[in-house]
Amino acid sequence: MTTFEVSVEPRVAQSLEAMLLIRAFEEQSAALNAAGKSPSMCTSVGQEASAVGVMNALDERDQILTNHRSAGHLLARGADPRRILAEILGKSTGYCGGKSGSLHISVKELGVVLTSTIVGGELSLAPGVALSRQMLGGEGIVVVFFGDGAATEGIFHESINLAAVWNLPVLYVCENNQWQAFVHRKETMLADHISTWGASYGVKSQTVDGNDVDAVTAAAKDAVAYVRGTRKPFLLETYTYRLRGHMEPDPASYVDPAELQSWKERDPIATYEQRLLDEHAITPAELDAMKSRVRARIEDAAQFAMESPYPSFEELTTNVYA
Amino acid sequence: MAEKSYRDAIRDAMMEEMDRDPNVLIMGEDIGVYEGTFRITAGMLKKYGPKRVIDTPIAEAGMVGTAVGMAMLGLRPIVEMMTVNFAIVAADQILNHAAKVRYFSGGQVDVPMVIRGPHGAGVQLSAQHSQSFESFYAHFPGLKVVAPGTPADAKGLLKTAIRGRDPVMFLESAALYGMKGEVPDDTNFTVPFGQSRVAREGRDVTIVSYSRMMQMSLLVADKLSKEEGIECEVIDLRTLRPLDMDPVYASVSKTHRAVVVQEQWKPFGAAAEIAASITENVFDELDAPVVRVTGEDVPMPYARNLELLATPHEEHVAAAVKKVMYR
Repeated sequence: MTTFEVSVEPRVAQSLEAMLLIRAFEEQSAALNAAGKSPSMCTSVGQEASAVGVMNALDERDQILTNHRSAGHLLARGADPRRILAEILGKSTGYCGGKSGSLHISVKELGVVLTSTIVGGELSLAPGVALSRQMLGGEGIVVVFFGDGAATEGIFHESINLAAVWNLPVLYVCENNQWQAFVHRKETMLADHISTWGASYGVKSQTVDGNDVDAVTAAAKDAVAYVRGTRKPFLLETYTYRLRGHMEPDPASYVDPAELQSWKERDPIATYEQRLLDEHAITPAELDAMKSRVRARIEDAAQFAMESPYPSFEELTTNVYA
Repeated sequence: MAEKSYRDAIRDAMMEEMDRDPNVLIMGEDIGVYEGTFRITAGMLKKYGPKRVIDTPIAEAGMVGTAVGMAMLGLRPIVEMMTVNFAIVAADQILNHAAKVRYFSGGQVDVPMVIRGPHGAGVQLSAQHSQSFESFYAHFPGLKVVAPGTPADAKGLLKTAIRGRDPVMFLESAALYGMKGEVPDDTNFTVPFGQSRVAREGRDVTIVSYSRMMQMSLLVADKLSKEEGIECEVIDLRTLRPLDMDPVYASVSKTHRAVVVQEQWKPFGAAAEIAASITENVFDELDAPVVRVTGEDVPMPYARNLELLATPHEEHVAAAVKKVMYR
C-alpha cells in the first residue's frame, strides 16, 4: 500500500476546512472587537470539532436551535460568514437585518430556528419545533445545542422530559466546555458527565470526545440514526473545552493555567491537522492551500461586513407585529 | 344569535377554529381527560383526540416554550393556563421568546399562539391565585393582550387571536365564566383587535374599563341613571394591546369627565396608562382630573371579609363618578 492509498472520506478534509473556517471567523470577530470595530460576542474557539462533527451527521431536513456560542454551528451548517459577520456588526446585510447581532441569529432557509441568549431558552423551544415538524409531516429531526451551564437550568429537565414522554425526535447536544460564563463547571455540579443524567428520563445518552471531529461525527451519525429511526430523543455530550474567555474581551485570568495548557495540547484543529498529515490524508501543500482559502473567505467576510450599511431608521419599528 | 355563557363561547371559538384549521391545537394541564379545571375544554379530547388536545406535565415553561417552537414552525397552539397566574413561571418563554423572535429574526418567523385562561380575583384563592396581569403583559412590545367582557367578545376576540400571526395573552375573567349573553352563531364571526366599543351611551361621565370591571361599571351606570339621573358612558376597551383610545377621547370630549376602573393594583397599572393618555391627548376637554378605581395595593388576602375589601365594588365606582362631577 502506498501512502497515497490511505482511505479517507471526503468529509475528513471538509471537516478540517470547516473547523479552520470557524476558528478563523471567531478570531476575526474577536480582533474586530479588540480593535473597537465590533460589539462583543461569545466565541466557540476550542469547540469547533463539536459543531462540525454534529453537522456532518445532519441533512437539510433537520432543524437547529443553538445558544450564545452559535457562530460555529451556523458556519458548519453552511451559513455565509459574510452575513454572520455583518449581523454581528449590526449591519442591514446580516441574516436578521442587524436586529439580532451575535445574540439571536436565525437562518430560516438553513433550518436554524433560533439562537437564544437566555441560557436554556433554546432547550425550551426544541420539543415544540420537533412536534411541529412531526405533525406537519416533516421527516427531519431537531438538534439543540446547549452547554453544561444550560444543563443546570430547570428548563433542561422540562424539555428533555417532554421530548422523552412525547417521543419527539430531538438530538440534545450538550457541549460540555467546562465553563459556565466565569465559573468552572465543577463548582456547579457533582456529575462529571451530563450524559449520565439522560437515563433518569429514559433517554439514551453518550459522551464523546468533543475535541475529536471524527469521533464526534461517528457518534452523531449513530445518534441521528437512532433519533430518525425511533423518533425518540437522544442526549449526546461532546466533552470539550472553551479556549477563550466567556465573551470578548475577557482575559480569562480566572482559568487555571495548567488546565488550560492541558486542553490546548488537545486543540481539536491542531491535533486533527497533525493526524491527517501523519496519515497522509492531506499533504502540507493541500493544508496550506486550505488555510489560504479560509483566510481569503474571512478577509472577504470582514470587508463585506465593514462596508455594509447599517439598517435604515425605518427598520426601528418593523417586525414588532405581523 | 343564541344565548351562550362566556365559558361556552370560549369553547365554541376554539372548536370552530379547530374544525376550520387542522393546525390549531390546544395544550395544557388537565385539559384532556379531566376536561379542564373550569370545564372549558369539555368534550374536546373526545372530538379531536390526544394529538390536538394535549395534556401536559405540570411544566409551564416547558409547555409554553414548546408552543413557541410549534408556532415558529407553522402550528397554531393554544395554551390553556390552569390560571393565568401560572404563566409567570413561563415568563422567559413569553417575554424573551414569543414576544421577540419576529423582531430579532428580522421578520423571518410568525408566532401564531394564544395563551389563555382564567384571570383575576376569585373567591378565597389567596395571593398566588388572584392576580391581574394585563398591564404586565401589555408593557411588552410583541405581545397582544385581550380582556373580553362579554360572551360575544370572548368568542369573537378568541377567534381573531387564533387566526392571527402574533402571540396573544387572552385573559378570561374567571368570575364571568357563567355569565350569559347573545353570541352570533356564524362560524366566521370575529371581533377585530384594537376596536374599543361604547358599551353604554351617556352624557355626563366617561367610565373606561374592560373585562369584569366593565360589566360592573354598566351596573353602576344603570343605578346612577335611575337613582341620581347621572348618565355615564361606558367604554369597553376589549384589547389593551393594541389599545384603541379614540373612542375614549371622543367620549371624554363629550362628557369632559373620566373614571378608569381596573381590578389590578393601582401603581403602574392599566388605568395609569389610560389616564395619562387622556391627559396627553384631550387635556383641554377635561373639567376634572381623571380618577382611578383600583384594587387595594396588597397581596390578595384569604379571609373573605378582607378579600372583599381588596377588590373594587360598585360603590367605589359610583363614588368616583360623583367625585369627577364634584357631587
